[in-house]
Amino acid sequence: MTSKFVDTPIPALVAEVEKWQLRFFAKAVGETNPIYFDEAAARAAGHPSILAPPTYAVTLSLCEADPYARYRSLGINWCRMLHAQQGFEYFAPIHAGDRIRFESRIVDFIQRRQGRLKFLIEETEAWNQHQVLTTRFRKTIVIRDPEAEQ
Amino acid sequence: MILHAGQVALGDRLPTLVKPPITRTTLAYFCGASNDHNPLHVDPDVARAAGMEDVFAHGMLNMAYLGQLLTGWVDQSCLRGFEVKFGAIVRLGEQLVCNGEVVDKQLRDGGCRILIRLLATNQAGEVKLTGEAVVELPLAEPAQTTGS
Repeated sequence: MTSKFVDTPIPALVAEVEKWQLRFFAKAVGETNPIYFDEAAARAAGHPSILAPPTYAVTLSLCEADPYARYRSLGINWCRMLHAQQGFEYFAPIHAGDRIRFESRIVDFIQRRQGRLKFLIEETEAWNQHQVLTTRFRKTIVIRDPEAEQ
Repeated sequence: MILHAGQVALGDRLPTLVKPPITRTTLAYFCGASNDHNPLHVDPDVARAAGMEDVFAHGMLNMAYLGQLLTGWVDQSCLRGFEVKFGAIVRLGEQLVCNGEVVDKQLRDGGCRILIRLLATNQAGEVKLTGEAVVELPLAEPAQTTGS
């Protein structure tokens, strides 16, 4: 059973890429390559500013007061959500100072076993301030809900 | 320095990346730094109420580690695709051991497409993440290319 939620528009989000947040991300993952946290090193390597690492677009896309609201509006208990799959396609780099516009849609929402198991697939495009597509990513979430039957 | 096609062969392995054991501090930092404030990863009470033993690593933290395996081997500008399946949760005290192997190499459109199979296990060899990455390399060293 697929659902009416598929292709429901999700309001676009615009987020600035901040140097401090890239530095914080680099610290949190134990990054050692300075192009990901030091502006001078990034420039010396030919970048306009600090380079966002390959998975950073997802972090930036969560840069809103309540990124889980969209899932709650689908009746999903966020404590039952597990990230099952994540994929990225890359077209252009993201750097500190960029302004990224995220356009997301729900590609599929599948219920199995009378709703005890649900799969939600969401695709997001990240466009920069020059209207260049930087990356497209696809997130698959699995929701285990043992009480859904009752 | 950017790798070029001649330096990469089928069966080549990326240098293994071993990350430190996951601690509550690791998860607290990543919660703040990643904007993923889901309490399952930082609040043991919420994790237990959801039927988990304790907090566990964010999927995107584990994927960031595999990303470091890739960018430690090839310049990020060469990365065209990167995807993973999160097979098992990564618990406190576990260490991710990240590996990649070149499984395909195709010459096309004046470049070279490399497919890398990715695997992240814990220190005991239990599979945590599997995935693949697509990398596009120049055919020769940048100084020797003709620009087309």
